[in-house]
Amino acid sequence: MSTTTVELHGDHHGHHDPTLQHHFATKDQQFDTSKLGMWLFLATEIMLFGVLFVGFGLSQTKWPDEFKEAHHHLQRPLGALNTIVLLISSWTMVMGVLSAKKGKTQALRIYLILTILCACIFLGVKYFEYSHKIEEGLLPGQWYKYHETIPEHIKGASVFFSFYFMMTGLHGFHILCGVLVLAWITIRAGKGEFGPNYYTPVDLVGLYWHLVDLIWIYLFPLLYLIQ
Amino acid sequence: MSSHAHTEHEEHFLDKYAARIYLAVLLALLFLTVVTVGASYIDLGPANIVVALLIATTKACLVGLFFMHLLHDKPINGMVLVAGFMFLGLLLSFCLLDIDNRYHIAPTNKAVPKASGIMVPVPGEGPAKPMGEAAPAAEGTKPPAAGHEKKQ
Repeated sequence: MSTTTVELHGDHHGHHDPTLQHHFATKDQQFDTSKLGMWLFLATEIMLFGVLFVGFGLSQTKWPDEFKEAHHHLQRPLGALNTIVLLISSWTMVMGVLSAKKGKTQALRIYLILTILCACIFLGVKYFEYSHKIEEGLLPGQWYKYHETIPEHIKGASVFFSFYFMMTGLHGFHILCGVLVLAWITIRAGKGEFGPNYYTPVDLVGLYWHLVDLIWIYLFPLLYLIQ
Repeated sequence: MSSHAHTEHEEHFLDKYAARIYLAVLLALLFLTVVTVGASYIDLGPANIVVALLIATTKACLVGLFFMHLLHDKPINGMVLVAGFMFLGLLLSFCLLDIDNRYHIAPTNKAVPKASGIMVPVPGEGPAKPMGEAAPAAEGTKPPAAGHEKKQ
């Protein structure tokens, strides 16, 4: 096998390319392999969030009135604002990938920084929402202490807020991780490591970022807009 | 990044108009967000959730096809994504099967003892008397599952 690899290297690349790992025949193969790996990871992410979505849906059929009442305590304008911020960040991310592909390194850096900025706005709004809920006692499970709730509704409402905090919390954690990997990519982009020849990390972080956006696309109507 | 000859032209076309396409997709996504928020204020009864999920799925498709490049990517990546959703569907359908049937099984089991003759009222000896040990259940009928009755 090793001789084949060496031959392929000799055929396609006359000089040693530091971005091509020795166990791949071509750069296309390396890129496609990395991408498939990322997609497999994204599939596991869908399962992770999917379990929560299924649980939420089933609980909603069990306590429809309670869930309807509880969701009125969520600030719809803030949820909508966060949706818009995340959609814009998805756009800046995809523009970053395009810039990397076209070799516009300066534009890539700007788009990545804009994406991080959007992520920080999202987390800031989320912090504001959370602190408001903690003050009101709209908390999960046994910590649910909202004074105006009808006693019969307490069980369902506390389940709603368990799902609310678990789902948005897990999503927020993903945003936080996204900020960290985006910062890492931005530093590498600052060193001029990415260009039309090699931009796999930018592309893969982009895929992750879009998935986080995609999850919020479902979270927002289900949590904030249910009737 | 495909090495197929026929995609070369396609890729060139995409690179040329990619920025415009992405902007159009972003505007469509923002528009759909406004629509979904607006629709939530109109009381459509049970249709509200259907409308919200349809709009969300449209948005998810736009993100997947354009931002995640699935439209012009190798099909294997899209297949992985669809497989993920299929397993999710499997989870949801089995959960629904369980939840939907859980409360209907119990009354059926209650009727079983009468039919199979385990609980037979004996004339002259007071109310129903268990005869499970003395008279075995009739052939072809299942003995009542004690576990299901407890769940009630």
